Amino acid sequence: MRINKLFLSLAATLMLTANIASAESLTIATVNNGDMIRMQGLTDDFTAKTGHSVEWVTLEENVLRQRVTTDITTKGGAFDIMTIGMYETPIWGANGWLVPLDDLSAGYNVSDLLPAMSGGLSHDGTLYAAPFYGESSMIMYRTDLMAKAGLEMPAAPSWSFIAKAARHMTDRDNEINGICLRGKAGWGEGGAFITAMSNSFGARWFDEDWNAQFDSREWSDTLNFYFNMMSDSGPAGFATNGFNENLSLFQQGKCGMWIDATVAASFVTNPKDSTVADHVGFALAPDNGMGVRSNWLWAWALAIPAGTQKEGAAKEFIEWATSNSYIELVAANEGWANVPPGARTSLYENPNYKDIPFAKMTLESILSADPLNSTVDPSPYVGIQFAAIPEFAGIATDVSQEFSAAYAGQQSIADALAKAQAITNDAMEAAGYR
Amino acid sequence: MNNHLSTRSIARLMMAPAVILLLGWMLIPLTTTLYFSFKKYLPLRGGDLGWNGFDNYTRFITSSAFWPSIYATLIVVGSVLIITVIFGTLLAILLDQPMWGQGIVRILVIAPFFVMPTVSGLVWKNMFMDPINGLFAHLWRFFGLQPLEWLSHFSLGSIVMIVSWQWLPFATLIILTAIQSLDRDQIEAAEMDGANPIKRFGYIILPHLYRAITIVILIQTIFLLSIFAEIFVTTAGAFGTKTLTYLIFQRVLESQNVGLGSAGGVYAIILANIVAIFLMRVVGKSLDAKKN
Repeated sequence: MRINKLFLSLAATLMLTANIASAESLTIATVNNGDMIRMQGLTDDFTAKTGHSVEWVTLEENVLRQRVTTDITTKGGAFDIMTIGMYETPIWGANGWLVPLDDLSAGYNVSDLLPAMSGGLSHDGTLYAAPFYGESSMIMYRTDLMAKAGLEMPAAPSWSFIAKAARHMTDRDNEINGICLRGKAGWGEGGAFITAMSNSFGARWFDEDWNAQFDSREWSDTLNFYFNMMSDSGPAGFATNGFNENLSLFQQGKCGMWIDATVAASFVTNPKDSTVADHVGFALAPDNGMGVRSNWLWAWALAIPAGTQKEGAAKEFIEWATSNSYIELVAANEGWANVPPGARTSLYENPNYKDIPFAKMTLESILSADPLNSTVDPSPYVGIQFAAIPEFAGIATDVSQEFSAAYAGQQSIADALAKAQAITNDAMEAAGYR
Repeated sequence: MNNHLSTRSIARLMMAPAVILLLGWMLIPLTTTLYFSFKKYLPLRGGDLGWNGFDNYTRFITSSAFWPSIYATLIVVGSVLIITVIFGTLLAILLDQPMWGQGIVRILVIAPFFVMPTVSGLVWKNMFMDPINGLFAHLWRFFGLQPLEWLSHFSLGSIVMIVSWQWLPFATLIILTAIQSLDRDQIEAAEMDGANPIKRFGYIILPHLYRAITIVILIQTIFLLSIFAEIFVTTAGAFGTKTLTYLIFQRVLESQNVGLGSAGGVYAIILANIVAIFLMRVVGKSLDAKKN
């Protein structure tokens, strides 16, 4: 009996050590968005299922980009999984820096991913990153203020209607700004917004020979329209507002309309954080009747850098975090409104999700965005709010700084555009495009 | 004689590790910067693409962002120096007065120096300078004024304010110790001779502080030339706050052009040396004058 017990405990110890040997510790770099923070809170479920533990490195968007870009270009190997977007994935995939995700298990059901998402996260038909959530942009507006202004939001409004509505809704005495838009410097902040907006005005970054197009009338129209509308009905200091600043303004009831990422819909309708949760309506991002709307397409996705020692465990994590069962796990814990949206077709067929007020508009916005044909005139690049070339991030950061300086009144719109033109042509020449 | 020689060589031998370490510390980064500055090195396009001659140097200096960045750097360094030295001296004199709770007051005055630059940048940006929810905005509105948009309309000034707030304690601390080393008898003698406080300050205290102030200026210049975090978290280089350091960061990390950034780094070394030589001259003169 005694010996038996001894054997048993020995066997148990052995099994335990064997278990520890196969269990890995994954280091994951991610962005500090609400959905990602939620995922971190649910890590225990992953550890319970697979035995792998997870160490999070959570960073602000711009910082995350620099950290992971530096890590991947120098083959630093600091991370086993990186959170990257639609801009990085095709470029890095083409360079062979990412592990192809072409052998995910059958239960994962790759074909369920929205085609717009899997297309944007692939290079030459091979998936390199799995979408955690996908987004487009749309209008979020205050139904009560719209009614007070005596207007009715169409499902697919034009820019001129938006500008008119913004002026009507503005009430400076009560600190209500008709419209809140991004103006903050940075290619992923204000740069992304103004680029997506310019598409609907018929502008483009480059012509077919990679010549910068900031000297065109279309760009001048875009910037002047934006600036006049924001000066009349935007919040003070809009030149420094990004996603988070506008989110908090909207939640405090200081914005009539806000055009931004579709994922924000779950934050502005959440009564815990938002004082206006009951009065939010949604509409497609505006257009100018030129056949292109001003909404973007983006996905935050999980990718594995080539050369990691823990590829197997990393794939297990990606399958866990981007699966249908993860969506159900979030729904069970936090409700259907808070599940990561925009990645899977089946979510939008789920009867539980159909009642969510912003589900339909999110899907419609995502489906109406086409990265391959983002501009009215033909352009040589792929991408809506960016051009998927390695030089774009650097150039667009510089350009958006010039734009922000113009929004703040430090220089004229014409000067900002002239500088943007020079900066872009310089950099494209240095990179050997022209 | 022989004995003396051997002690000297032993002394050299003993010093060698420290000297080699220091040289390595300084020379290795400097050499790699120089090496990369002559390379076309683009990590996103596959890394090392061969030698580039002086292309990076001309490109960096002809870029439209270069001269504005030099201007911004000099404005920030110069204004912070002026503000910290003047207010540092005044604060030091104030703190030197015997008063109730002197210890606590001194700790409070020194406190900003221990706040990390990123944290102080964020606190200033979100809690003070925000044009809608910031403390300043509420203050302005209380007096019926339109709140200032600090970081966009008054951008360089805002950066100067934040950095000055951080470095004021340092200046105060150094100058305060200098004041405390001043011989009390001198002041008393001057008082008895009928010198008023302004004269006592101008003829006795200030000359005594000369050396302390030069040290404050020298040390601060070295650190101020490389301020980064305050700009990164507040304006991200927009609104004319792109200093040379920030421009180099943008070239290396945002444009992913290591060669171009390294060339900028070499320019920064040259600028720092020009400033240092200039300051050394001025300081050296004042120290010599003091000796005579």
